Amino acid sequence: MFTWDKRWEVVIGLEVHTQLQTKSKIFSGSSIAYGAEPNTQASAVDIALPGVLPVMNLEAARLAVKFGLAIGAHINKRNVFARKNYFYPDLPKGYQISQMELPIVGLGSLEIETDDGIKTIGITRAHLEEDAGKSLHEDFHGQTGIDLNRAGTPLLEIVSEPDMRSPAEAVAYLRKLHSLVRYIEICDGNMQEGSFRCDANVSVRPRGQEELGTRTELKNINSFRFVERAMEYEIERQIDILEDGGSITQETRLYDSDKHETRSMRSKEEAHDYRYFPDPDLPPMVLEDSFLDEVRATLPELPTAKKERFQSEFGLSLDDAQMLTADRETADFFETITKSTKAESKVVANWMSGELFANLNKSELELSESPISTSQFALLLDRIADKTLSGNTAKKVFSALWEKEGEVDEIIEAKGLKQITDTGAIEAVVDEVIAACSEQVQQFKDGNEKVIGFLVGQVMQKSRGKANPQMANEMLRKKLS
Amino acid sequence: MALDNETVHNIARLARIEIDPSEVSQTRSALENILELVAQMEAVDTTGIEPMTHPFDATMRLRADAVTEANQRDKFQAIAPKAEGGLYLVPKVID
Repeated sequence: MFTWDKRWEVVIGLEVHTQLQTKSKIFSGSSIAYGAEPNTQASAVDIALPGVLPVMNLEAARLAVKFGLAIGAHINKRNVFARKNYFYPDLPKGYQISQMELPIVGLGSLEIETDDGIKTIGITRAHLEEDAGKSLHEDFHGQTGIDLNRAGTPLLEIVSEPDMRSPAEAVAYLRKLHSLVRYIEICDGNMQEGSFRCDANVSVRPRGQEELGTRTELKNINSFRFVERAMEYEIERQIDILEDGGSITQETRLYDSDKHETRSMRSKEEAHDYRYFPDPDLPPMVLEDSFLDEVRATLPELPTAKKERFQSEFGLSLDDAQMLTADRETADFFETITKSTKAESKVVANWMSGELFANLNKSELELSESPISTSQFALLLDRIADKTLSGNTAKKVFSALWEKEGEVDEIIEAKGLKQITDTGAIEAVVDEVIAACSEQVQQFKDGNEKVIGFLVGQVMQKSRGKANPQMANEMLRKKLS
Repeated sequence: MALDNETVHNIARLARIEIDPSEVSQTRSALENILELVAQMEAVDTTGIEPMTHPFDATMRLRADAVTEANQRDKFQAIAPKAEGGLYLVPKVID
């Protein structure tokens, strides 16, 4: 784990841009589908032709409210759009429509799990805004290419309080937020496509000092791994400067993942003078209580509630419940399997966190891309529950399923993996082992409990893994007592 | 409220408005007049009055989330100064 001099305290706040899952843009009827030919989804409003007017998308408002309710935030039933003025070619109006003084979502919070237990991270606000287009800096005869398909895509910018005290906490918060926006289906969370982007405000101060240190802003760090590394690098850089008697310049820095360093992007002193003012094209948005109630009714069970229910309903440990509710697909998968198999919930949890996730990770697959169907996975666990398979033979069946060699029962049949539960057959092997391992048998009789494991192992080996280990164990004990 | 020339230049730069050196003092006094008006308004007692963001009492109309725009790229790019491969071309910008 990353550590730094304990005399310094790290302060981190995050700004996360989530792309809202609408069909059309926030202020126009253009599609926001990813990957279209350049500028084919950029209407007169999006490219800012003179005389056009923005008209707000109801669904974007609904999704923002849904988020606010999910974090227990105050919803500003009267909220206002403002113009954030700056010049850049991928922002054709010369201003971005955003929210400043009266954002749609006010103060809320999110709980994260840290090594020291549960910690509450404040969420200052979340506001609606439009995305900018894309600048392509590849060489177009010494010019820059502009694609405005993304211009006007609805974003919810979620701003945290400077409540995080380590990169690990910041990542825990980010993961929790990522999981939440997917749970409540307001954002697909796709970091590669830029649907979930993170800027981090990082500063350090001598431990015990009240006043915050000068911060730098790390831009566009778009994977959980890079977020942590970028912050670690930046913290070390700041501490080095301060310990040498220097001072931190407030600036925006970019993380270079290849070189593992951050570098100054540009001095934003001037660029930061955005001269916000209320957008005269958009009167205040007023939300009725009935609308809020309607949105509230669409909220699914939230991760924390689900985690608690998994513990009480299925008797799972906190760790298991946490792992299974980390994202909605995993939780839904677990519940589907649990409902359709005779195996105990704990067995389902173990097989998911063990074989299934290990193989998915190794193959870099999502749960939804698993080569093993839910019904076959449930059936595999059934065969463990009805003692057709032992833990070991079940793993062999799992591998065969993974390689798509057939269905569970076919594989058991083809590979001759059916567990021997016939007392006579096991007894024969047990007798054979007792005869062959007189030394260990004596040790057991002399009171060495542990040797039983070795003897059961021998039975399993001689039966090529097919004997029921529990029956072998019981039979050995009976015969040796 | 008095402004110095540097502030005038700075405001002009932020707004991307070119000001001829001969116009600076004229622009400065025009801006000072506006700020004077603001100062007068600020002197009014507004206790108990809710801040207003828009002059009308209107509230926003919201539209249903539907794709209603068709691709009109060719028409838009026909009036653009430069376009190539579907992209608008602009003088090189580097962060």
